[in-house]
Amino acid sequence: MLEISNVNKHYGSRQVLTDVSFTVGNGRMTGFVGANGAGKTTTMRIVLGVLQPDSGTVRLDGETLTTGDRRRFGYMPEERGLYPKMKVAEQLVYLARLHGLSTQAAKANTDTLLERLGLGERAGDLVEALSLGNQQRAQIAAALVHDPEFLVLDEPFSGLDPMAVEVVVNVLKDYAASGVPVLFSSHQLDIVERLCDDLVIIAEGEIRANGPREQLREQYSEPRFEIQTAHDAGWIREVPGISVVDFDGGFAVFEAETDAASQTVLQQAIARGPVQSFSQQRPSLSTIFKEVVQ
Amino acid sequence: MSTATTIRPGGHGGPGSPRAGRPTHTAPTFAQSTWLVATREILARLRSKSFLISTGILLAIAVGSVIVGGIVGANPSLPKVAVVGAASQAVEDTKAFESVPADDIAAAEALVRDGSVSAAVVPASNADSLLDVEVIALDSVPTNVVGALSVSPDVTLLDPASQGGFLIYLVAIGFGLVFFMSAITFGSTIAQSVVEEKQTRVVEILMSTISVRALLAGKVVGNSIMAFGQIVLIGVLVSAGLAVTGQNVLLVDIGPSIIWFAVFFAFGFVLLASLYAATASMVSRQEDVASVTSPVMMLVMIPYFLVIFFNDNETVLAIMSYVPFSAPVGMPMRVFLGSAEWWEPILSLAILLVTTALVIAFGSRIYRNSLLRMGTRVPLRKALRA
Repeated sequence: MLEISNVNKHYGSRQVLTDVSFTVGNGRMTGFVGANGAGKTTTMRIVLGVLQPDSGTVRLDGETLTTGDRRRFGYMPEERGLYPKMKVAEQLVYLARLHGLSTQAAKANTDTLLERLGLGERAGDLVEALSLGNQQRAQIAAALVHDPEFLVLDEPFSGLDPMAVEVVVNVLKDYAASGVPVLFSSHQLDIVERLCDDLVIIAEGEIRANGPREQLREQYSEPRFEIQTAHDAGWIREVPGISVVDFDGGFAVFEAETDAASQTVLQQAIARGPVQSFSQQRPSLSTIFKEVVQ
Repeated sequence: MSTATTIRPGGHGGPGSPRAGRPTHTAPTFAQSTWLVATREILARLRSKSFLISTGILLAIAVGSVIVGGIVGANPSLPKVAVVGAASQAVEDTKAFESVPADDIAAAEALVRDGSVSAAVVPASNADSLLDVEVIALDSVPTNVVGALSVSPDVTLLDPASQGGFLIYLVAIGFGLVFFMSAITFGSTIAQSVVEEKQTRVVEILMSTISVRALLAGKVVGNSIMAFGQIVLIGVLVSAGLAVTGQNVLLVDIGPSIIWFAVFFAFGFVLLASLYAATASMVSRQEDVASVTSPVMMLVMIPYFLVIFFNDNETVLAIMSYVPFSAPVGMPMRVFLGSAEWWEPILSLAILLVTTALVIAFGSRIYRNSLLRMGTRVPLRKALRA
């Protein structure tokens, strides 16, 4: 488990991070969401040791991170970059060797990853000769080639076509399943929503929300329910403590002043005939995001 | 260089950690990281066509000049002198002329008149003459012939020049030019390679993998090896060329100063390379490299011009030989001239080493603080402080 505790960072007179604290659990896919300039990249750079925080600590399994520990992280920076004039496979082997792999292990990992990411045939091509999407895949391979024990990926899905997104999502899920904590940021909230177990929302350098995805959706849900019945649902307006927001034949969306009031609606609906569905509306990630960030 | 792959039973998280059993790899040491970076730099150079072509041209020029010098020096065309009878012996003894036998004095005079010989040496006609021969020339006294046939008194030089003036000039240009060319070539190569990593942003991955010092050291070591290799290759080719073309005398004279040059160059280049890397790290685009590294370029050019214009000025050379930036040119020059005491190169080398260490310390600080600052040029003050 990675714990980030009370991290502060300023550039000049600008406070970029204020008391940032959150955890990334083993085997948990943790989505890191925030607007441009909210402090995501700075946080990730501090986790990686590329930047030093003004104060605060980053601990892995309770121990302060050493430079050696950080070398076992897999990092995909926001600003993509590989040597343009180096061959894809050669470059990955080089990076793996820098992380301490033997040449053989580096080559074996490179071959496996390139195959998996659909770049097997481009292994001998110069990076600059690849399309942007393929460069992106090579970049992901660069973050994974050294069997990292922790993954930090800044916008891993930007620039990928839907097929490639699926490939990368599956690769990342496999890593998480093997126990590796994965911290990733993305602006594509639908992917984050689908992929992440935990969610961290940052705005203006402060953590605004943080926790398991479902718990957050619960926390931010309003007492708003929707019901689909086989008969006309106009009677719901008459139930005390209920205000109908939307109404269309057998379908209604209503807000309940109390939980009891919403249950009353359900009981009466069942008494009147078949009920196809009844549920509390859960906010989507983008709804929560907008609410938290404002 | 072997690095172990171990499966740690508990992983980082201790027994029962979900990450237990994943392969982990021992991080490479500083030296291993440095060497990996250096190897990549060397391979990148060796694969660059422009590097191979420019090296080829430099080597061709070095070898060509030795060969041309050998041909010109080995076959000097001796001036022709007509000889008559017994006078031929006197001319042969001087070994300075090619003698053309003539039947009699009239025939010799005819040869002088038509210009096929520069003078004629004939048996003395005047019995009182001190020498057995006399010289016939067309319109002026042929001093070379007269001098060769004259008897000179012994001369003692109180302060003999150990090397000829023209040779001093050639050697000065040689050291100056080789240092200048190599420093500029490999210095700007380092600068470009630093900015390439910054511009392509690969530097952030590198920084999260190995220490910034190892990255800087690897670049400096890799390029220094290439520069030094080029110098040694030139030195070997020139020495071999001198030996093959029979100019051994010159080789013996230059030998020790070439060795000192190589030693000074090795450290002097590390000094310049660190400066190039540090200054280049302050900009983010290749277009800005030239302007930001121009102060370093001046440091390289000044010794070059000084040694060309002041290679006969003891004071300037003495100062040059102790200033770290010009010592690689100045000190070997003084060793060649024989004006340096035995301890002077060692003292100068010590000064150079200390300076190099200081510059590396400051350079890596600038380098570290500038690498992640993209966009506009990083002010030196900020790069040093931060």
